[in-house]
Order: sequence, then structure tokens, then C-alpha cells
Amino acid sequence: MLSDDLRDLYQQVILDHSRNPRNRGELPPPCLHAHGDNPSCGDEIDVWVKVKDDGSIEDLKFTGQGCAISQASASMMTQKIKGKSKTEAAAVREDFRRVVMGDGAPANEDALGELILLEGVQKFPQRVKCAMLAWRALEQALEEK
Amino acid sequence: MDWHRIRSDFPILDQQVHGHPLVYLDSAASSQKPRAVIQTLTHYYERDNANVHRALHELSNRATEAFEATRGKVARLIGAASEDEIIFTRGTTEGINLVASTWGTQNLRAGDVILLTGMEHHSNLVPWHLLAQRTGATLKHISVLDDGTLDLAQIDTLLNEQVKLFAFVHVSNSLGTINPAKELIAKAKAVGAVTLLDGAQSVGHMPIDVQDLGCDFLAFSGHKMCGPTGIGALYGRMALLESMPPWHGGGEMILNVTLEGSTYKPPPHRFEAGTPDISGVIGLGAAIDYLQAIGLENIQRHDHNLANYAVQLMGEVHGIRILGPLSGHRGALVAFHLDFAHPHDLVEFANSHGVAMRGGHHCTQPLMRRFKVPGTTRASFYFYNTLEEINRLVEVLHLARKFFA
Repeated sequence: MLSDDLRDLYQQVILDHSRNPRNRGELPPPCLHAHGDNPSCGDEIDVWVKVKDDGSIEDLKFTGQGCAISQASASMMTQKIKGKSKTEAAAVREDFRRVVMGDGAPANEDALGELILLEGVQKFPQRVKCAMLAWRALEQALEEK
Repeated sequence: MDWHRIRSDFPILDQQVHGHPLVYLDSAASSQKPRAVIQTLTHYYERDNANVHRALHELSNRATEAFEATRGKVARLIGAASEDEIIFTRGTTEGINLVASTWGTQNLRAGDVILLTGMEHHSNLVPWHLLAQRTGATLKHISVLDDGTLDLAQIDTLLNEQVKLFAFVHVSNSLGTINPAKELIAKAKAVGAVTLLDGAQSVGHMPIDVQDLGCDFLAFSGHKMCGPTGIGALYGRMALLESMPPWHGGGEMILNVTLEGSTYKPPPHRFEAGTPDISGVIGLGAAIDYLQAIGLENIQRHDHNLANYAVQLMGEVHGIRILGPLSGHRGALVAFHLDFAHPHDLVEFANSHGVAMRGGHHCTQPLMRRFKVPGTTRASFYFYNTLEEINRLVEVLHLARKFFA
């Protein structure tokens, strides 16, 4: 029997994203790019972001390798962030961080959509860095000039 | 051997984890401790605790006696010629750093070669990186073949007169490979190189005789062989130890100190500045007594049976790739990669079934790159593990396949 915590961590939607990641690949230049890694576990993610003149995120893709949590989180992130403004993206990122770290209620839970399914990570503190890996890379990419 | 009775010496193993009996398969990272070691630590703190050496009172005498008696136990465990060749350290890592900082700094010059292998733990790489930066010495490495053994064909080219030091792992923590230490050391001696053996995964798992092996240094950790954490030992051949300068300066390691300078004790105390880990040393002594009572040959045979059984049974899991030698001798561990689950997902899954394993690069990043895997999952065994536990592990691997694939 699987524990409820483990079932929450690895929900079908999450496993599906990790098996069949969306928006996987690179974007051609010009675009923003950042590399993120978790040296302690070897997970790596590269994020490519195309930002329009009005500051909205036109497209984003990722490559990399890692556990189901880091890959699913990256895949779900690309779907959620595409089309958002940088400010909206930052707000989603902060809400997502609160959810996976169990650090207070998200300001706008509805905006998270299926990302809320990664809430199970809360019970596995060592996996928070897996869930946040792609988001840290995204933040870094958007900080680039 | 009544291995089930021996297993009952380890109170920690008798517990449920996430509703399942604990299956502890992470002994290569740290072994569990038998009651005899735990009780020795308790006894020490309840009856004998005092600082060692110098003081003349009863408790200090008892503590000193038990502390120094362990030096002899370590010497006998590894076949050292004298207990004065045993330096207490915090563990393998500190032992290697001691050699790099003292012997290495004194003897290596620009152009000298430090020969290592492609399967070294970071603890047998980074101290030499630092030494090479300080001295201008060059690092070279013997490659690892696809089957997880060293490419012995390279040795005659790589092991030449430029090599001042050859340091290598006895049993690989990531592959389970048992390197032919005696043969390699003989070749190194033939070109005049000093040899250091990383015994983290071999001491306590098999009979070791440093005089037969011929190594100049042997570093190992107590906590991987039923001893407490924070204690280990470095063996050094006396002629070398005598030639080496001190590492840390402080109390305990001096003969005479003036405001301007000091003279140092002979080995081993020259290398043991400050108050040592007294309880750790005494606990290590209890661990050695315990292992000797079982017999290192018996432990080696049991290790071997577990590892071979595991390789055979795990090989039947669809999508598995086992690293390291698939036949013949291997150390008490099996590292593997599954095409359907990342090591961290598998370790998490196994944990929820009570099975404790380790996933990641196991402090051997160059080796992970060599085998083109981001990391592996490692099941490691000791004499308290059973064939039933390996059955359980394989059952969990099959369940993981259903869950993740």
C-alpha cells in the first residue's frame, strides 16, 4: 500500500507531465536564457524565454533532466506562464513557492490552476528544491537585460 | 553463522517505517551500531569520562587506557607492524587530507604526478586537487572500463617515474568494484611511488593486512564499520610518518614549547593535536572487538553472498542497468539506474515502503559522467542484512515500475 503522502506527491497529472513534458526544447535566439541546477542531486534545467516588447512572455521552453517533480514542475510552469506579463509571472511564481513550501496561503489560488497539484511537495521538504528548480531558472532568465 | 541472531544485536533494525518493517540498505553511507558499541559509549560517559593523557587521576587513567588500547585493536585489525602507525582522525576524508597536507606539501613539486583513478570518491580527489594547486603537481587518472573495472592496460604507461603518489579506492562506493590493490601497489612501488589506499568501503568488510598489501597509507572511517560517527583512522608506514611534519598544531602533539617555538612528539601523537574524540575512539574499539568476534572472513563471505544474490535478482527487473562488475567479486553494494524512474523518485518510493536506499551521485560525479547517468540508486549491505530483505527490495522495484512506468 502506498502512503497518502506519496500518492499526493506523485499524482497522475504530475506523472503524466514528467513522462510527457510539454514545451520541451530550446528557443532560437534572440531570447532570454538561464541554467539552473541542484548540485546536491544533479538535476539540471535550462529555460528559454521570448519576451515581447510590451513585456509579455510570448513563448518559453525548457530542457534538462531530473526527477519527476522537477520535470513536471517545469512542464506545468511553461504552460502556465506562456502569455503572462512578467509581473503576472512573478505573482504566480510567488504563489507557487508558498504552496510547495507550505509558507502561507497563495494570494490567488485560482491563477495557479493545476500547479496546485504540486502542493504534496510540502510534506517532503527535501523535494522543495526540485519543484522550485525551473522557477528559479525562469526568475533568473527574466532578470537578464 | 547464525546471522539472524547477529542481526538482533542491532536494536535500530527492529522498527517499522511508514508501516513497513525497516529494510536498511544504506550501510555504505553509514552502518548501524550493535548494542555492544552503544553500551560501551554509555558506560564510558557514565563511569570513565575524563580527558586522556597527562592527568594522573583514576578516571583519566581509565579513559587513557581504553583510548590507547584501541590503537592496538586498529593495528591488529589491519595488520600494521606497530600501533604507533595508527593516527586517529575524523574519518577517511580527514586521513587523506592529512597525507595531502603534510607528506604531499613536503614532497611534491611542479612536474610531479599524482596518479588517481576515474572511480574515486570526491574525498580522494579534492584533497589532491588542492595539493596540485599548491605545488604545481599534475593529476592523472586511470580510466574505468564499461564493466566498472580499472583499465589495467593503461597502468604501465601511466605509472612511471614521474608518479610520486598513487592513491586509489580499494572498494568503489559507486560501482562495488574491488580493485586489485596488492598488484597495483606492487607496480607503484616498482617506480618508487608512495601509495595511499582509500579503505572506506573495505575495512570492516574483509580481512585487511597492510603489510601484505604493501601500501604506505590506508585511510578509513569508523562509522561505516559499526563504530560511532566522527572517528576514523589513518595508517601510515612508520618511516614515512617519522619524516612528515605536523599538520595541526596544539596541545597533545608537542614535546616542548617556548614562546618562540616548539618541538613535536613522534608519531602518532605528532598528528593528534588537541583533545581527541575519546568516546569515538573507545566506541571504535568496541566495534572492532565486535567485528573480530564474528570474523572478517565470515563478514566478507556474507557480503559476497548478498551482493551476488542482489545482482542476480535485480537483473530481472525490466529497465534496470546495474553499474559495476556483474560477475565475480564485488563489494557489498549494487548501484543501478532504472529507465522508468529517476533515483530520487525511486528512493522516495522505496522509503514509503520502509526500504532505505541512497540516490544521487554518491560523491563520484566524474564517474556518473563517465557512465552517462545523472545519478544512480544504491542498495548497500552489511552482515546484518538478509536475503529476505533483498527479496523485498526487488519486490519494491517491481512495484515502482508499475507506479512510474
